[in-house]
Amino acid sequence: MNVLELLIAVAFMVGVIGFVSLFALFAIWMERKVSAHMQDRLGPMETGGWHGWSQTIADTVKLLLKEDIIPTAVDQPLFRMAPYIVFTGALASFAVIPFAANLIGADLNIGVYYLVAVSSLVVIGILMAGWASNNKWALYGAMRSAAQMVSYEIPVVLSLLVPVLLAQSLSMQKLVEIQAGGFWHWTVFSHLPFALVAFVIYFWASLAEVNRTPFDIPEAESELVAGYHVEYSGMRFAMFFLAEYANMFVVAAVAATVFLGGWHAPLPFLELSTEVSWIGSAVVGTAWFVVKATFLVFVQMWLRWTLPRLRVDQLMRICWKVFLPFSFANVLLVSLWLAVKG
Amino acid sequence: MKYVTIQEMNKKVTNITIESGVAENIYWIEVLRGLWVTNRHFWTNIWWHTFRLAGIKTKKRVSATYQYPEERRPIHHRWRGRHRLTVKQNGDMRCTACMMCETVCPCDCIHITPGESPDPDVEKFPEQFYIDTLRCCFCGLCAEACPVDAIRMDVIETELAGYTRDIIYTREFLLGMDKDRPWEEWKVKREREGVS
Repeated sequence: MNVLELLIAVAFMVGVIGFVSLFALFAIWMERKVSAHMQDRLGPMETGGWHGWSQTIADTVKLLLKEDIIPTAVDQPLFRMAPYIVFTGALASFAVIPFAANLIGADLNIGVYYLVAVSSLVVIGILMAGWASNNKWALYGAMRSAAQMVSYEIPVVLSLLVPVLLAQSLSMQKLVEIQAGGFWHWTVFSHLPFALVAFVIYFWASLAEVNRTPFDIPEAESELVAGYHVEYSGMRFAMFFLAEYANMFVVAAVAATVFLGGWHAPLPFLELSTEVSWIGSAVVGTAWFVVKATFLVFVQMWLRWTLPRLRVDQLMRICWKVFLPFSFANVLLVSLWLAVKG
Repeated sequence: MKYVTIQEMNKKVTNITIESGVAENIYWIEVLRGLWVTNRHFWTNIWWHTFRLAGIKTKKRVSATYQYPEERRPIHHRWRGRHRLTVKQNGDMRCTACMMCETVCPCDCIHITPGESPDPDVEKFPEQFYIDTLRCCFCGLCAEACPVDAIRMDVIETELAGYTRDIIYTREFLLGMDKDRPWEEWKVKREREGVS
């Protein structure tokens, strides 16, 4: 029994790492294609034959084969450790993300809490990278990143509290289960307008969490070169890149889980119950879940290729003066509503 | 005469009206409008690309990209490219070595050595005619200065590249008699001899 559990755990771990890598490869290609088509270009067209599908694979091979440069002035242990800490933060979140009714790393009873706690590990990694690089731009990027991510964690958590209040549980699987039975039961639609406001605030604040445009001032290309990873090259840089795309998926997946019904299909008859087929249920659930998350990732890309970057003061203003009061009021109103409803 | 103040001139030149209405200050409406624009571009492109993939040929150019080596930009009829030397109907060179092009050339890239023409009716012809292409600025003055229409710049060739730093067109090459690129042969020879 113990050996079997261990085997399942290892299989799940390998599966998640494989999924993250594959998704990152796909998402980078998708980002290039989406941006290209939004700007009336074509994007990569040559590598691999069909619409440059293997461009990111070629890029990864290139990054793997590149010389590993570590500048002499850096703080060696921190510099070497930072990309892996960032990636660990991104990867650890996958433990509580429910891919299907029966496919979840660990259905913790404090799932949301764990998620929020673990995703703040990324800040430490980024700050570490910026500080260890011994470079002004990197340090600026890291400081901005820390300020931004710590501030935006508050609206993120507050808007995550709304579905938690509705489900009366912190378990991710419980959060999905209350949304069963068609898209009108999804949290975002079932408790209008509070959940919708919470969803919008969560999504925008999570863009800042993962350093995406319009909140990408930590790695602002035009002012900070590349921000905290300016001194990184080769595989270490690739780890940062991988972590960024993994993080994108994580925030999209969390949004899909708590607001958009998780692994539930938009219409009840499109689902497969675990009683019918264990494997089939896992496959169908994962498919719906990944489709929803990928759509949200597409929206992230869409926003990135539309909006210009905000200034630091505007960024802080939006967080503290717009998102924070709104999400507080939201949580308060939902609590009142639930109290009145009994 | 009426004097115009700098403020008035600025107003005239820039002519920017700053909208400071509620809609501008809320941002969200503008954000949504921007999103709509990118969305429209994205889906129109996907739509037409899918059409093309399905074999439906349309004249509509969807993307601004030219897939360069396979697909080339259309060349304008006033294209000014590489030089060539023209010939008469009997196959002789038109050039009379009058040195007009060499004189007018602002880059000093044409070098002519005049000689006595083998044709008794013609006085001079270029014994040697070199164009140092890397100096050429493609201004086209040589073609304009030529009194006998002997030099033209109408060769449609977009890759005027070579492997060395002296790309010097000879008389034969410019006449189209020598299709090889002698400067590249020279490079290969130098490499074989071990001289870099």
